[in-house]
Amino acid sequence: MNPAWQNIRADFPILNQQVNGQALVYLDNAATSQKPQCVIDALVNYYQRDNANVHRGIHTLSMRATFAYEAARERSAQFLNAAEAGEIIFTAGTTDSINLVAHAWGDKNLKAGDIILLTEMEHHSNMVPWQLLARRTGAKLRYLPVVAGDTGLLDLTQLDQVLTPEVKIFAFTHVSNTLGVINPAAALCAAAKKVGAISVVDAAQSAGHMPIDVRAMDCDFLAVSGHKMCGPTGVGLLYGRKALLEAMPPYRGGGSMISSVEYFESKWAPAPQKFEAGTPNIADVIALARAMDYLDDLGREAIAQHDEKLAAHAYARLANEIPGIRMLGPAQHRSGVISFDLPGVHAHDVVTMADQAGVALRGGHHCNQPLMRKLGLSSTSRASFYLYNTEAEIERLVATLQTIQKFFAG
Amino acid sequence: MQDLTDLYQSVILDHNRRPRNYSVLPSANRVGSGNNPMCGDQITVYVQLDGDRISNVSFQGSGCAISKASASLMTVNLKGKTIAEAEVIYAHLHQMVTTGKVGDDDMSDLAALAGVHQFPARIKCATLGWHAALNAAKGDAQPATTEKPSD
Repeated sequence: MNPAWQNIRADFPILNQQVNGQALVYLDNAATSQKPQCVIDALVNYYQRDNANVHRGIHTLSMRATFAYEAARERSAQFLNAAEAGEIIFTAGTTDSINLVAHAWGDKNLKAGDIILLTEMEHHSNMVPWQLLARRTGAKLRYLPVVAGDTGLLDLTQLDQVLTPEVKIFAFTHVSNTLGVINPAAALCAAAKKVGAISVVDAAQSAGHMPIDVRAMDCDFLAVSGHKMCGPTGVGLLYGRKALLEAMPPYRGGGSMISSVEYFESKWAPAPQKFEAGTPNIADVIALARAMDYLDDLGREAIAQHDEKLAAHAYARLANEIPGIRMLGPAQHRSGVISFDLPGVHAHDVVTMADQAGVALRGGHHCNQPLMRKLGLSSTSRASFYLYNTEAEIERLVATLQTIQKFFAG
Repeated sequence: MQDLTDLYQSVILDHNRRPRNYSVLPSANRVGSGNNPMCGDQITVYVQLDGDRISNVSFQGSGCAISKASASLMTVNLKGKTIAEAEVIYAHLHQMVTTGKVGDDDMSDLAALAGVHQFPARIKCATLGWHAALNAAKGDAQPATTEKPSD
């Protein structure tokens, strides 16, 4: 076994605590992951030793900060197998990345009558920016449905019907945050390309969980959040194909994104600086690069296998040991996100009670209200696993759900 | 899970399992709705208002045990009350679920909701049905929401 996996829980100091008198079982990783000590250290180290503004500085600290910031861009390009660092734009996260594309590419290229194709499983963050773009341009939204039933898989038999030449943007999630479905991203990008649409991939739930190769996927844009992959909150990135980035107007104006400024007009810096107005989130970008190192030391293929193994184990145990439970999402070939409905017990009651037993779950619509309505549910309970979770924690989950069920059955 | 019996008292569990006045009210002349966008909970409240008196009130909707039980208790406690009386009862309830103080008045079965104050994330669950009912009774056409609306 890769020695990086030994004592993995010791890398995450936050896991070593009690919640409501019980050892914490953190199963809310699809919302945000915990941070290893090396990422926390990277933040502290930056503020203790290197803090200075980037780019224009001549002094030593500024050069150090600039070097580390741009090294993080190189690291991110390598992490996603982008052709070059200039294809990486640092953002506040997935939502910010998608809004950037919707504004900078969408406003320029969409017109009334064009279609933006989404899927029915999108998070609100990959839905609302496109609704706003449609409102601005007169373009229309269209959805690739998920199949009937509880697997949550995309209905790919309908792809040809909805992916018509009027589609200019096809935006879809790589991995569903609600149901754990892994979508065939490369095939969807290829289909988009065939009709001349750009592809926008929401990789919030996948980037820290499995290998991502933007060139193999052949996507046009790919959005990532740092905080779901062992990095800090408030930082993420957008991969964009170079030719597209070069042709796009700026998203926000300000310092750092210009080549020259006069009182009445300015010239823009080339991408990626064109899209990074103002002092960037230097510390968090540097710490995000450290998180990428951490994940690659473990191996993302190994992380994906760990997630899938835990999810399959949890899915089977819940399905077999919790009478009447309704399991959502596919039974196999899934990410580490498990969603379920416990009949007669509302998800919020499940989560409150589980919290009293030290088990952190999430309950609600998971920022996916339309999909919930389609499933005939207002909310589900969700357990989501990551690299530090164990089978012993699934044992705690099963026992806790059994207690909750008994409590409410009276 | 010892604290849970503070939150999920037997009165709450009973009203969750068998919510009272859980139906459409044909005689209703006011209808109010409430939603909690954070969790997707929705409630519809039917009020029969005669003058300023709530002659009858019922509800339907989807929500957690706290919101369902609190709405059920709301119908039992507001039936026959004037709007002014209903507002006083709600003010006491609100104080109770936010501070845990039951106050001088006899809150009778509503006291079962006092444990909610230990769970700040759940206070809105306990007040949603009451908001919807009072809005309906006072003729406020806006749906009650746990969040400030904005475009």
